[in-house]
Amino acid sequence: MRATFQFAVLTLSAGIFGLIFGLGLVLSHMVDPARVVAFLDITGDWNPALAFVMGGAIIVAAPAFAYARRHQHALIGTPFQLPNRFRITGRLVLGAALFGIGWGLSGICPGPGIVLAGSLEAHALVFVGAVIAGSLLSDLFTRD
Amino acid sequence: MALPDLATIENAALGGALIGAAAAGLLLVDGRIAGVSGILGEAVRLRRELWRWAFLAGLIAAPFLASYTSIAPVTPTFQSGLVVLAIAGLLVGLGTRLSSGCTSGHGVCGLSNLSPRSLLATLVFMAVAAGTVFLVRHGHVFLPKA
Repeated sequence: MRATFQFAVLTLSAGIFGLIFGLGLVLSHMVDPARVVAFLDITGDWNPALAFVMGGAIIVAAPAFAYARRHQHALIGTPFQLPNRFRITGRLVLGAALFGIGWGLSGICPGPGIVLAGSLEAHALVFVGAVIAGSLLSDLFTRD
Repeated sequence: MALPDLATIENAALGGALIGAAAAGLLLVDGRIAGVSGILGEAVRLRRELWRWAFLAGLIAAPFLASYTSIAPVTPTFQSGLVVLAIAGLLVGLGTRLSSGCTSGHGVCGLSNLSPRSLLATLVFMAVAAGTVFLVRHGHVFLPKA
C-alpha cells in the first residue's frame, strides 16, 4: 500500500517537475543552440544572458539541497539520493572535456536536446539518438 | 559583446528559477537529482523505475504546454549539419556518462549542493565548450556543412 502510494507520487510528480524544468528551458532560450553558442563565444559577440539561467536556478535550488544534506528522507519517505561531492577522478575530468567539445560543436546539452526532440525535427532527433548511443557506448569504458 | 536587453535577462533568470524550482521539487518530494543525462542514461537502460520516463515526457511536453501560456515560442537555430550533430551527440552522451552529469546534474544540482566535484566538472565543460566555439568560429577549423 505504502509502496504503491510512493510509486504513484514519484511518477506523477516527476512528470510535473519535468514539465516545469522544460518550461524553464524554453523561457530562458536554452533550447536555442544559437543562443547557447553566443553565450560560449566569449571572444566574439558574447551574449552573457545564459549566466542568469544558471544563477537563477542555483538561487532557487540551493536551499533545497542544504535541507537535503541535513535530513534523511524526502517527502514520500524514501531516502535522499545525494551523489558523492568530493570524489575527483580522471574519468570525471575526461568526461567533462568530451561533453564540452560536443556541447561547443552543437550548442545543445541533454535537457534542451530532449525538449527539441519532441518537435520530431531531424537535427534534434539525430542529436538525441547520438546522445543515447554515446551514453550506451560508455559501458565499454567503465566496469562499475 | 552586445549587452542583452532587460527582457532577455529577465526571461533567462525566470527560466533559470523554473529550472531550479523543478530541481528543488524533485529533490524535496522524491529525493532524486534532476540530472538529465543521468535520467536519460538510466531510462534507456530500461531500469525499473518509471519516474525517469515521466520526467522525460514532461520535458518533451513543455513546448506544447508553453504555447498555452505567455511564454513566447522559441525557434531553434541549429549550428551545424546532421553529421556534426551526430558526432557532437556521441561526445555529449559518452562524456556526460563518464563524468556522471551534464549542465543540469553538475551545473545546476551539483553547484547548488556546494559540490567541489561538480564545480570542477562544470569549469571543465564550460571552458572546453568555449574553447571549441572559439576554434570553430575564429580558428578556421573546417566543419562539414552536411
